[in-house]
Amino acid sequence: MGPDEGERMMAEAIANEPARIVGLYRTMCVIRTFEEEAAAAFDRGEVIGSVHQTIGQEGVDTGVCSNLRRSDLLWSNHRGHGHSIAKGADPIAMMKELYGRVGGTSGAKGGSMHIADFSVGMLGSNGVLADGLPMACGAGHSILLRGEDKIVTVFVGDGTTNRGPFYEALNWSMIFRLPVLFVCEDNSYASSTRTSAVTAGPGPVARAQAFGMPTVSVDGNDILAVDAAAADFAQRVRSGEGPHFLHARTYRIKGHISRDKMVYRPDGETEENWKREPIGRCEKWLMDCGVAAEELEAIRKDAAALIARAVEEARAAPLPDRAIAWQDVQDHGAPERRRIA
Amino acid sequence: MSQKVYADAVREALAEEMERDPLVWALGEDLTTSHGSTSANQYLGLVDRFGPTRIVNTPISENTIMGAAVGAAVAGSRPVADLRICDFGLCAVDELVNQAAKIRYMFGGQVRVPLVVRQAIGLRRGSAAQHSQSTEAFWVHTPGLVVMTPGTPADGKGMLKSAIRCDDPVVFMEHKELWGATGEVPDDPDFLVPIGKAARLREGSDLTIVSWSRTSQLCAAAADRMAKDGIRTEVIDLRTLWPWDREAVFASVKKTGRLLVAQEAVQVGGFGAEIAAEIAEHLDDALKAPVRRIGAPRMPVPYAAILEDEFRVTDAHIEAAARSLLQGEKKAA
Repeated sequence: MGPDEGERMMAEAIANEPARIVGLYRTMCVIRTFEEEAAAAFDRGEVIGSVHQTIGQEGVDTGVCSNLRRSDLLWSNHRGHGHSIAKGADPIAMMKELYGRVGGTSGAKGGSMHIADFSVGMLGSNGVLADGLPMACGAGHSILLRGEDKIVTVFVGDGTTNRGPFYEALNWSMIFRLPVLFVCEDNSYASSTRTSAVTAGPGPVARAQAFGMPTVSVDGNDILAVDAAAADFAQRVRSGEGPHFLHARTYRIKGHISRDKMVYRPDGETEENWKREPIGRCEKWLMDCGVAAEELEAIRKDAAALIARAVEEARAAPLPDRAIAWQDVQDHGAPERRRIA
Repeated sequence: MSQKVYADAVREALAEEMERDPLVWALGEDLTTSHGSTSANQYLGLVDRFGPTRIVNTPISENTIMGAAVGAAVAGSRPVADLRICDFGLCAVDELVNQAAKIRYMFGGQVRVPLVVRQAIGLRRGSAAQHSQSTEAFWVHTPGLVVMTPGTPADGKGMLKSAIRCDDPVVFMEHKELWGATGEVPDDPDFLVPIGKAARLREGSDLTIVSWSRTSQLCAAAADRMAKDGIRTEVIDLRTLWPWDREAVFASVKKTGRLLVAQEAVQVGGFGAEIAAEIAEHLDDALKAPVRRIGAPRMPVPYAAILEDEFRVTDAHIEAAARSLLQGEKKAA
């Protein structure tokens, strides 16, 4: 899809649903700002562990999740901040989680890599790649058993397509015709290794097609292309057509984790990809279609204010009581709090 | 009470729980077919009764059998995943350890993971290195999991029902030799064996033998032989390994002052070490002799019967260890 077509689609989309498209832009801006501030907080030593930023991939996160209902289920991976925000999780509670404070989405026990908000169907970010796919299949079985009108979406990166459970789950979901939407966020990198250097064959789409699964491949940095494909596939999955595979080509502008200096990248590659990142493209199209620059500026300021408030509230929130560490292990045989004298 | 074969008793348990709760379902390889093993009788005919949405015959995909069970539990149903034998359970360690055992905790208690994963343990003559292991200690070492090792048809039934009703993920490890074993089983559909409650198989005051799974039956046989010589042996079948019945074991050792822990699994790093250490740490004053353990040597299980017997712990071994323990005394400090 060329830029002209993007502009044409944007014009049509704005004519049809102006508030919705501006809403997608707003969500992408919130995610971008969250990621920038999360990394800054890490650099200041206020957030520990590691922060996997989704900068550059906001179009995929937003375009897919905007087509899910609150009651739909979502399994994320390690790069899950964008998925969480786009599914409706509260960025303030998320920031508190990163800070390890009371009020964090996972009670300060998960951190950046284990954000979950079951109240919006966000069933968790995950530190082990590909584990979301079998779990999404299981959720599909539960939905069928309970007769619910829900679908399951699971995000997977290109690097993860080299793990065994990826294949088991694709096969399995087809066998049982499960209501699962697989979304492959193809950001070109498997941690610090270029995925193409460790991947045989023509790639994720062909691999999904080998199981007879319907696929589509879109420019993941084109919010409207992702939105349209996700709307179509989510509807198909919802209507009982079985699992579908959405492949979104994007680029991980930042490193694997925020402190990654990206020494493995060719000179100029990151800069080149900044030109194609989804927010700037969406902004240009919106303005070309007559949305006022001031309106977009106001949205960016609102996003910045929201995340600034999130950081402020997270800093001010109390540390969790130590007793929390001992809770929620299990009902039977839970650990007893003790200290060696 | 009726005489029942283990596989029939646990099939009844599953069917009763599926009748009771429409959210209970089962998944695993060959659940609707049979390749001739007695293990298949555990599911015989259930698909005709409950349909293929609740008795799910899966591909050979252990990661997804286990992972789907986790996902299903998180999404609001109560799956019983069958990995057949614990050696295959090793193909799905990640989903059990990194997901099932962690999800409630790492997401701050937003959800529970009420699943049962069945993976049989133990020697079954001639099954060799990859079909004979007893890996229960791996799961006891993993916070978040309940570990059950029934040793009789009645316990198989009552414990499987408790496992299905439990909101924690339960690793249910029956012994392969049990599938075809017969025993008295209560007929009451609400017969439950409580989680974490040991059974006293023999009452005695001279020494305590603690065991679990099939080996506890061997301990009872050894105790019966020693009884002829007037030795009164208390035999405790733990039944649940986590949480284990500390109260029952402590009370018994306080009474007898002598403890032998017997297990079919490799002794080094086995669960018996945990019991021995707990007693040594907390009941030293009550001990008349040092705690003893008996378990398998740290080697893979060989095939030929004569070689396999080098690995196997028998009732004769248990008896010899028990008699030797009775001779032992603690050295003065």
